[in-house]
Amino acid sequence: MNEAELLRKHPFTRGLPDALVQRLAPLARRARFPEGAVIFREGGAADALFLVVSGRVALEQHVPGKGALQLENLSGGDLLGLSWLFPGGRWTLDARAVEETEALALDAGALKAQLDADAALGFAVSQHVIQQLYRRLERARLQRLDVYRGEG
Amino acid sequence: MTPPVPRPAPAPPGPMTPEPARVLSTRRESHDTVTLALDAASRRPFQPGQFNMLYAFGAGESAISMSGDPGSPGVAVHTIRAVGAVTEALCRLKRGGVVGVRGPFGMPWPVGEAGGQDLVIIAGGVGLAPLRPVVYHALAHRSDYRRVFLLAGARTPEDLLFRRELERWEAREDLTVLVTVDRAPSGWKGRVGVAPALLDDVDVAPGGAVAFVCGPEVMMRFCVRELGRRGFPDDRIHLSMERNMKCAVGFCGHCQYGPSFLCKDGPVLRYDRIRSLFWRREV
Repeated sequence: MNEAELLRKHPFTRGLPDALVQRLAPLARRARFPEGAVIFREGGAADALFLVVSGRVALEQHVPGKGALQLENLSGGDLLGLSWLFPGGRWTLDARAVEETEALALDAGALKAQLDADAALGFAVSQHVIQQLYRRLERARLQRLDVYRGEG
Repeated sequence: MTPPVPRPAPAPPGPMTPEPARVLSTRRESHDTVTLALDAASRRPFQPGQFNMLYAFGAGESAISMSGDPGSPGVAVHTIRAVGAVTEALCRLKRGGVVGVRGPFGMPWPVGEAGGQDLVIIAGGVGLAPLRPVVYHALAHRSDYRRVFLLAGARTPEDLLFRRELERWEAREDLTVLVTVDRAPSGWKGRVGVAPALLDDVDVAPGGAVAFVCGPEVMMRFCVRELGRRGFPDDRIHLSMERNMKCAVGFCGHCQYGPSFLCKDGPVLRYDRIRSLFWRREV
């Protein structure tokens, strides 16, 4: 399957008209990460949006005195890396492949330019990003509640 | 000489009378959780989802779900997390110790109703204990079900119950086991995230599937929402509710949940029947 086909099958483009997907296709390159590979590190330049195709990625935060803690896992169908949306564009976490992972990497600068230039594409992509972020926010809230602590 | 008056046979103990049961074995599941196997040779068989009242002499009584194999009568298996005086006393028991037992009580998981369909079992924390008998049942009657999914969440890898058994089940082809923890150190190879998120990896037709959910109430609310987003009808979601049970036979009202007594009408309840209560605060 080539990049364009992978992009078409990824939930990120679900519901998008073909014409819009075709505009994104030239920005996508295939990326493979072996088990244990660091995909990006906190503080590095946030230069890509990764659409996880398969495998599993751990988002980690290094805590002085405790080492790296896993906060969340992402797997096939998820979006990885949205820090480029914000001024400064620096990764805020480490991302590491827990198992062999395949992703489509979209060049952040080019993607941003496309989204700015094409309102329909910008709206469709924003909708998808917001939905996924909201779901992850809900899950982070449940995690924060620490519901299993002291359960009887 | 008047013939001796025949002595009546002793009445069988009523449901309020604990009977002594010996601890056959103990297993430490985590730093605060222990599984006890009790001699239950004289006890009624149980159905998945039911519970016993266990009496720790000198400490008190607590409702504890059965966590063993319903196909293995004669042994009552209970998995207990130490969270108070009674459960701490139960967790301290050693092989050969004695506890008082009443039960089994309560309405079970509707394993028969789920026959012929996909079965989605979602457990959070110690909620895996009352669902383990469902897994045993489903595996013993595997042809009665289509696909069977076990989704289990825990606080940390160290808090996961039945780890060796989960690994054995993960290796089976007729059961899909997905395990996640809320937080983990970097070396953990398993999933990190909340239990309801595991539903992302479960591809079932909601009209042909039944979900059994047990865990902290907040976690169950998230599960119900996630199941609803996937189109699960409310009458295909079953929850195990927890309240403070005392008499276990529907007299005392300690476990009242709206019009139901959870000890008698529950603990397993169909979501569509408790929907209005489920989202009400402090019921």
